[in-house]
Amino acid sequence: MPENNSTQPSSDGLENRRDFLGKFASAVFAGMVMGGAAVKAEGAKSPALLPAKSPDGPILPELEYEDVLMRMQRELEAALERPLQKWVMVIDTRKCVGCHACTIACVVENKLPPGVVYRPVIEEQIGEYPNVSWRFTPRPCMQCDNPPCVPVCPVGATWKSADGIVDIDYNACIGCRYCLTACPYQARTSDFGDHWTDGTPGQGQMPYEEVPMFEYGKEWKREDHKSPVGNARKCHFCRHRLQQGLLPQCVTSCIGRATFFGDANDPNSLVSQLTHKPNATRLKEELGTEPRVYYLV
Amino acid sequence: MNRTTGWILFTILALVGLVGVFLRFTSGRDLAAYGSYIPWGLWVATYIFFAGLSAGAYAVAVLGYVFGVEKLKPLAPLALSFALACLGAALVTVWFDLGHMERVFYVFLRPRFTSMMAWMVWLYTAYAATVLLALYGLWRSNLQLTRIALMVGTPLVIFYPGAAGALFGTVVAQSLWHSPVYPILFLFGGMLSGVALVTFATAFFTRRDDPGYLERVHLLGRITLGLAVLYLLLEWAEYSIPMWYQVGHVFEALMGVLFGPFWFVFWIFHLLLGMVVPMALLVRFPRSPVAVGWAGFLAASMFLAVRLNLVIPSQVQPQLKGLVDAYRDRRLSYSYFPTLFEWSVVAFSVALAIAIAYAVIWFLNREKKLEVTP
Repeated sequence: MPENNSTQPSSDGLENRRDFLGKFASAVFAGMVMGGAAVKAEGAKSPALLPAKSPDGPILPELEYEDVLMRMQRELEAALERPLQKWVMVIDTRKCVGCHACTIACVVENKLPPGVVYRPVIEEQIGEYPNVSWRFTPRPCMQCDNPPCVPVCPVGATWKSADGIVDIDYNACIGCRYCLTACPYQARTSDFGDHWTDGTPGQGQMPYEEVPMFEYGKEWKREDHKSPVGNARKCHFCRHRLQQGLLPQCVTSCIGRATFFGDANDPNSLVSQLTHKPNATRLKEELGTEPRVYYLV
Repeated sequence: MNRTTGWILFTILALVGLVGVFLRFTSGRDLAAYGSYIPWGLWVATYIFFAGLSAGAYAVAVLGYVFGVEKLKPLAPLALSFALACLGAALVTVWFDLGHMERVFYVFLRPRFTSMMAWMVWLYTAYAATVLLALYGLWRSNLQLTRIALMVGTPLVIFYPGAAGALFGTVVAQSLWHSPVYPILFLFGGMLSGVALVTFATAFFTRRDDPGYLERVHLLGRITLGLAVLYLLLEWAEYSIPMWYQVGHVFEALMGVLFGPFWFVFWIFHLLLGMVVPMALLVRFPRSPVAVGWAGFLAASMFLAVRLNLVIPSQVQPQLKGLVDAYRDRRLSYSYFPTLFEWSVVAFSVALAIAIAYAVIWFLNREKKLEVTP
């Protein structure tokens, strides 16, 4: 019995640990997918708590925190209640691990064809072997407050919206690509009408190439020569998702929680706090384009 | 070159061009080499090349009818035919470059005048109207109408090549383009190439028994030479100022032009064949119609090399280091060489220009409105 007594707690401990790890994994997974699903943080004024400590000891420190995704989701819903938003993105380059999940999630979300990319991640090796490190710089559209791409459009097919997102009217764009030359971040790409299945065996396109996408809140199907084929295309902070109360796909898919998004009109929002940090910087500040994407370095 | 050889060459050019146009309509831009990081390629360069030729040719008519250079007055029908033909070829070429060719009329329906491109389209339209009016005046023997049209067109022929230069020069993101000298380069480049084209045509395709023939050829040769010297001076400014201390993006871009993989475009096609040889011919044989004619041909045709070097090298410079490796695709590349498809569309534009010029000249000749063409 004493042996039993001595082993019982350890078995319980094992179960508790399993239980704990299971709950922990579930919580992390839930946090990852919640932004991607049509989840409303109803009454979620109380923070979502992760298990603070393991039964057997302090695997996690005594810490209560709210997952940033939950906070951003909550702040997004609050922002949408306000008449005007000022959308801002913050990317913490110290937390980015270069997994390219955001790039792929964006491609999937917007059904991007070959040659069209909204959020590539630039990888730079710093130093020389063996004294090297890597820097990862995700590059979405900067949604500049002084966007050089807007005034060059000869037909007014692109403009700066009140919420700060630079929009494109696919049905008006003539495909001259002047805006592509004008963007100092090369954030615009032209849709040349290519398909992932071009030049591959088999018949026709794959289903994922035929399903519609919903950029700018409209349904678009890439058929023949219809828009957006032939148009300039770029990141729009997933405007169609924002309209549904969802965070941009690159934000929800970031495994390192390195991308933050929110309304800078709220001084207490996460992005407001981050953009006021002394290590917040922007790309090519000297051009005066006033990007709305900040980098924490 | 006799007439039969000319027709054979034209037919080949037109057939190659028609293949290119057929492919453009059936396969879109699949076969073009430009992409999203180098969005503008051969077709845009050809467009500004033809636009410059048009402006320069028009200037010859302006010299005759507005500024009273009597020796050049008889060349007005020829010059205006070329101006119309080259303008048509320019606009057709850039039309093929559009992602949505069917929406081209939007530039009239919903223009945004902050865009230099919108300004240029409207200036072109006004300019084209003056060309047509001036030609109509010649046809109807209403030389007063021709003169008025050309007077109205005089500021336009200065503004629109300048606007073409400003279209590039105003782009802050492109360090090589973003220079105040660009509009000036485009203006004088257009004048040089267009006058050289008229010089070539005057030397080889106007009546040699005309009493003013030799004087006209000589005068045009002098103007071409003067414009070539002026252009070289501007080009020296364009290259020497950013390169002097050998630092910066513009320096690197210009080094790419001079010593990059396409160095021969600058040194052989532009400087040697487009400038040095014509200038040598014009200096050494100023009164030889053959020498002056060939000088005009070389100066005009080789100017495409200048246009290529104005359009492409700036785009070859990555805006963000490492971007090219961030996402791989053939459209996301910083190297560019025009495909045969692109060249074949250019062949169509050249054939179209020849056809328009020939048709207008043939028509005016039939109406006995030409003084100097056979």
